[in-house]
Formats: sequence, C-alpha cells, structure tokens
Amino acid sequence: MKPILEAIDVHKAYAAHVALSGVSLTIPEGSIFGLLGPNGAGKTSLIRIITQITGADEGEIRFRGERLRPEHAAQIGYLPEERGLYKKMKVGEQLLYLAQLRGLAKADATQRIKQWIARFELKDWVNKNVEDLSKGMQQKVQFIATVLHDPKLIILDEPFSGFDPINANLIKDEILELRKQGATIIFSTHRMESVEELCDNIALINRSRKVLDGPIGLIRDQFKTNTYAVEGRGKLMVVHPDFEVVEQTERENGHFYARVQLHAGVRPNDLLRYLIASVEVESFREQIPSINEIFIRRVRETMPESLVEATA
Amino acid sequence: MASKFLLVAQREYVTRVRKKAFIVLTLAVPVLLAAFGFIIVKVASSDNDTTDVVEVRDESGLNLTSRLANSTQLLFMPATGTLAEAKKSFQKAKHDGLLYLPAGLDVDNPVGVQFYGKGNISLKKQVAVQGALNKAFSDLKMQKSGLSQEQLDRLRSKVELQTISLDETGKEANSNAMATSAISYVLAILIYFFIFIYGVQIMRGVGEEKSSRIMEVMLSSVKPFDLMMGKIVGIAAVGLTQFLLWGLLSAGASSVIIPLITGKDKPKTEMAATMAAPGAATAAADGEPQTAEGKLDQSMSQQAADMNPAAKALGTLSNLPLGTILFGFIAYFLGGYLLYGALFGAVGAAVDDQTDTQQFMFPITLPLILSYVVGLSVILRNPDGPVAFWMSMIPFTSPIAMVIRLPFGVPMWQLALSITLLIIGFIGTVWVAARIYRVGVLMYGKKVTYKELGKWMFYKE
Repeated sequence: MKPILEAIDVHKAYAAHVALSGVSLTIPEGSIFGLLGPNGAGKTSLIRIITQITGADEGEIRFRGERLRPEHAAQIGYLPEERGLYKKMKVGEQLLYLAQLRGLAKADATQRIKQWIARFELKDWVNKNVEDLSKGMQQKVQFIATVLHDPKLIILDEPFSGFDPINANLIKDEILELRKQGATIIFSTHRMESVEELCDNIALINRSRKVLDGPIGLIRDQFKTNTYAVEGRGKLMVVHPDFEVVEQTERENGHFYARVQLHAGVRPNDLLRYLIASVEVESFREQIPSINEIFIRRVRETMPESLVEATA
Repeated sequence: MASKFLLVAQREYVTRVRKKAFIVLTLAVPVLLAAFGFIIVKVASSDNDTTDVVEVRDESGLNLTSRLANSTQLLFMPATGTLAEAKKSFQKAKHDGLLYLPAGLDVDNPVGVQFYGKGNISLKKQVAVQGALNKAFSDLKMQKSGLSQEQLDRLRSKVELQTISLDETGKEANSNAMATSAISYVLAILIYFFIFIYGVQIMRGVGEEKSSRIMEVMLSSVKPFDLMMGKIVGIAAVGLTQFLLWGLLSAGASSVIIPLITGKDKPKTEMAATMAAPGAATAAADGEPQTAEGKLDQSMSQQAADMNPAAKALGTLSNLPLGTILFGFIAYFLGGYLLYGALFGAVGAAVDDQTDTQQFMFPITLPLILSYVVGLSVILRNPDGPVAFWMSMIPFTSPIAMVIRLPFGVPMWQLALSITLLIIGFIGTVWVAARIYRVGVLMYGKKVTYKELGKWMFYKE
C-alpha cells in the first residue's frame, strides 16, 4: 500500500546531544505502526518533527508523497506523552476550541463532539470545567481531542500510560476501529509488550538510530532461532545429529520440559517424528521471540563491543 | 494562519471576561473610585470654599486690626476684653482663630505674636495669617517713613503673570501648567498600570499553559508565535474592555454619587476638581495655591469673570495639542504594552514554577518603574530637559516618559524618532521573546539561567 508518511534520512541535534541521526521510515497507509525504543532514544524528537513542532536539521518528511507543510496539521492528530487540558475551561468548549484550531468548522465540530461525547459516556460532563473531571475522564477527553478532526494520521505517544485497564481497553478498541475506517496510527512506546497485539509494522530506535524495522511477523521470523519447547514423559537423548537440546528439566513422575534447537535444514516435523518414536509428547510449540527479546538482542548487536561487555 | 491567531486571541478574551474576578473587579473599581473621588472633592472643597474668621485681640496700640486686609480666605474682626476673656469667648464662638498682638509690639522686631486655633492649625492658614501680618507691618513701617497712603497704593504694583505657551508656528495659547500636568499624570498612570497588570496576566497565562502540559497539543496545531501573540492581543482586549467599562461606570457612578452627597453643588465643578486634584497637590507643596489660582483666574480675564475651575481647565484643554496627545497616547499605550507583554510572556515560558519568575521579572520591571518614578518627578518638572529627552527615546522608557511630555508639546521630529525607535524596539523584543517562548514552553524541569536563555535565542527552528 502507498505510504502515508515517509521520513528520509532525518537528522536532529540539540545543543548537548544528538537526538536523531539518519533515521528513515516508511509508514504504510491504514496500518498501526509501532515506534519503539527505550527512553531518550529519539522517539519524541521524531514525533515532534512529524507534528511540525520542531524542524529537522537535515532530511525530509513526506506526507502522502508531498513535502510536509503546515496545512497537513489538519490531517494529523497527536496525543503527546505530556498531555494536558486547560483546567478552567469547560469540556465542550475545550473540544470545540481544539477542533477549530485543527481547521474544523464550528458546526461540523459541534456535531462530532456530540457523537464522541455520547460514545464515551461523558454527556453529563460537557459543561463542567476540566478540573472537575477525574483523571480517567480527562484522558478520554484528550483522546477525543486527538481524533475529533478525523485525522488520517494519528500519533499516540505512550497512550496507555496512566490509563486504568478499563479505559486502556476502551482506547485499544477505538484504535482498532479507527484503523478499520482507514486511519493510520503511529504508536510510540517503550513498553514492547503492549505493541505485539496491536501493531502491523514496527521500527526500533536506539541511541538516535533506527536499528530495525518492518512488518512485525517478518521481524519475528527473522529472529526465530528454530527452537521448540517440548513437554512430555520419558527422556530425551542429549546428543543427536539433527538437533541440540539446549535445556532439559526433569519433573515429577518422569515428566520433562526441554528446549530443542534444530540444526540448519532440519524441519520441525523431523523433530516431531523423532519425539514420537522415543517419548510421549504432551506439548510441542515453536518458541517465538518476543519483541522485547528481539529488541534487547538487536540493541546488544548494535552496541559497541565495550558497552556489551559492560552490560554483560 | 491568521484565523488560528484570532481563535487563540478569542479564547483568551472570552475565558477571561467571563471569570467572576473580572466581573467583580469591573464593578468594584468604579464604586471605589467614585468614593475616593468624593473624599477628595469633599476635602478640597471644604479647604477652598470656607472663609476663616479670625478674632484679633490687639493690645499693641498700633491699630493693627484695621490694617489687616480681609480676603476671601481670611476675615479679621476685633475681639473685646483681655486675652483671657477673648480666649474664653473664642472657645465658645464658631470662629476659626484668635490672633493676639501683645502690648508694646515693636514694628521693627515683632515678637510675641500668638495665634490660637481649634485643634491643629493648618500650614495654609498659618501662611495666610503671616502674610496678612507682614503686609500690615510693612505698610506701617512705610507710613512711618513718611509715605502717604496714596503713595503707598501707587508703590504696590499688582503684577499678574499671564502664562502663554508659544509654539513653533508662533501661535499663542494660554497654558495652565496644573491642568497640563494633571493630564500627563493621568496618561502615565494609565499606561503604567495597564502594562503591569496585564503584562503579569500574560506571564501567568503562559505559566498556566506550561504547567497544565497543554503546550505540546497546542503547538502541533498552532505556531508558537501565533500562540504567544494571540495571548498578548487577547489579554490586551480584556484590558481595554476593563478600562473602558471602568471609565464609563466611573463617570456614571460619580455623576450619581457626588451630587447625591454634596447636594446642590454643580457636579461639573466637582469632576474638574477631582481631575485636577493631583496637580493641586503639587501646587500646594509650593506654598500658596490660593494665590496661584487667583492669578490664573485673572489671566483668563478676557473670559467671563466668574468662571469656575472646570471651565478654566477646559479652556486649557482646548489649547493643548489634543490630536497629538490622543495619537501619541494610543501609539505608546499599544507599543509599550506589546513590548513589555512579549517580555512577560517570555518569562512565563522560561520558568517552570511561578516562584522562579522573580529573578527575570526584576530586569523587566526596573525600566518600567524607573520611567514611572523619574517621569512623575523629573520629567514633569522639566519636560524638555535632557533626562526627559533621552528617556522618551529609549523604547523601554519612552511609553511613559513621552506620554508625560506630550501635553507640554513635543517637537515633531522627536515624536517621530521616538515612535520609530519604539516600533524597532518592540519588533526586537517580540523576536527575542518568541525565540525564548518557542524553546521554553516545551522545556521542563530545568533551572533556567540567563546564559541558557541566550543559547535559546540561537537555536535552529
């Protein structure tokens, strides 16, 4: 699919440190894109360039093939990590104000606010000041403000931080619904596990550089180690020409748990055939690396030698 | 993105004007002003209108009682009996003073003259009585030296100083230093307070946005410059609304309250007196406000003899360069507010915590306070002096300094130069402020120093 956003060789440096060095990304339209990396990796700097809060020192951002311009702000929705609202302003007026700033006409905005307010069950709070709302309700209002102008590209920076599980679920459902309607979502976080179920594509950023990107399934395949977890009864032979038992633990009543890594060219069915012949198999599944594991591996690989030793 | 700028300004305006504090303040100030005005009028009129009756117990044998000249302010009348008796009757009578001239008073060295009053004797009364006595003594001495009363009268020429201001074109106009000063005073105070009150509001507003963490959301749809200028302009509109309402309501309240309390007095006179009150205070310090007024009164002798002070002030008013004053006032009002407003906004953006604003507030408020204090002392006294000139050229002090000079007449080239410098000044400060603002609003948890601010100015966008 045609990309909605492309970053081409983006550089950004502040007085004291380099935030981005040569980052290039392609974000396909209609996908959920995970922008991952530890704190301070440069995610927020990249997002601020995409939202045109700051500019890149070098490089270019293209929105639907065009060079990013201020007019594109109307098609972008942004929920920053540092998010707030005017405390002394009424919920309804605040939403209207923010929508108008995004270029929405007043009548249109009023209509949409009504729909969203009903959907998020905030009807009784429209004419209350924001400071009277609970934190969870304020977060709902912030989310509405982000998507009210029907943006084609929605950027959510740590969207679940501070949300209770119920609201987090609500937001998750809304994100999926928005994608269904054709929006693209950039989802920035340092908590890898929340990404796995939502994202179609990811990019990992570490120390101002992109260290990995692509469709999440492909990345997983790429980092597969051909390792299988086996549970059963009996005893596995430790030495075999086709595979290697990386780990084996004996459990009570002759049960065992083992991790088995296949040698190159050996297929899982070969292992299974062997297992059936020699032990009683209770479970057999491939060990898929988590994004977190991949990330840590990738970071280790891209780190200078001295640092790897220091962390090891 | 002019429409976004307007949206920001509109929000700033609407949310502030709807606040309870705004409504309360808008209503309370005119009432307070009217009450204050009433007190001033009451004090001023009780001071001016009454004639003090002074009893004179004359034991000097020099027949001084008849020589003491009566005036609108003092009326001398002889007292009977001994000093003790006179004191007793004075205490019962409704008279205002008792003058005792002891026996054997030496004309060349008059000692022992006593003046009794009820309660504290005002400096004004004392000066008036002394003046009357001095005149009586000098008359006496001159007569003793052989001058007849007729010669004496001829000797005493009555000098009236008619003050006329001569402008470049040679046109003559009556000038009334007091009314002119009063106008300078009022204009300077208006600008000073407007900049201060609403400048601080800008700073607070930015601080509030920063601490509520809404900046990043805002900046993803509005340019920082638009956000800052929208706030400055919106708050200016709030201030203008408030001042306008204050003006209207004060005039309304005064016209209702003052006649109500003073009864049959003409309200117009009262209002003129209120307006001229600060000027009167300056004149009083010089010694003889009565005489000054009297002379001014006669300087207008081509006009009606029984003219009241209001008409007198109005007469001066019509001779002032009103068009220039109005134009200048608006220019300096707006220019000064924009210049300082931008700086206040930058301070709000630079700090995290309202308590940290102090160190940055000081250098901003210093020239403002300086121009106010120096303006109302040095410049008001010498509006064409070097201090006045230089302060009315420097953009940080010119909004107040020049406005003080305006009613006294300022050469066109100076006005043009000053306004040009002010425009350059405010473009400069807005530029600097916008850069500090842009970086500062997204900067959290960092103790900001001047060095740091300097760096921000040269950050790439």
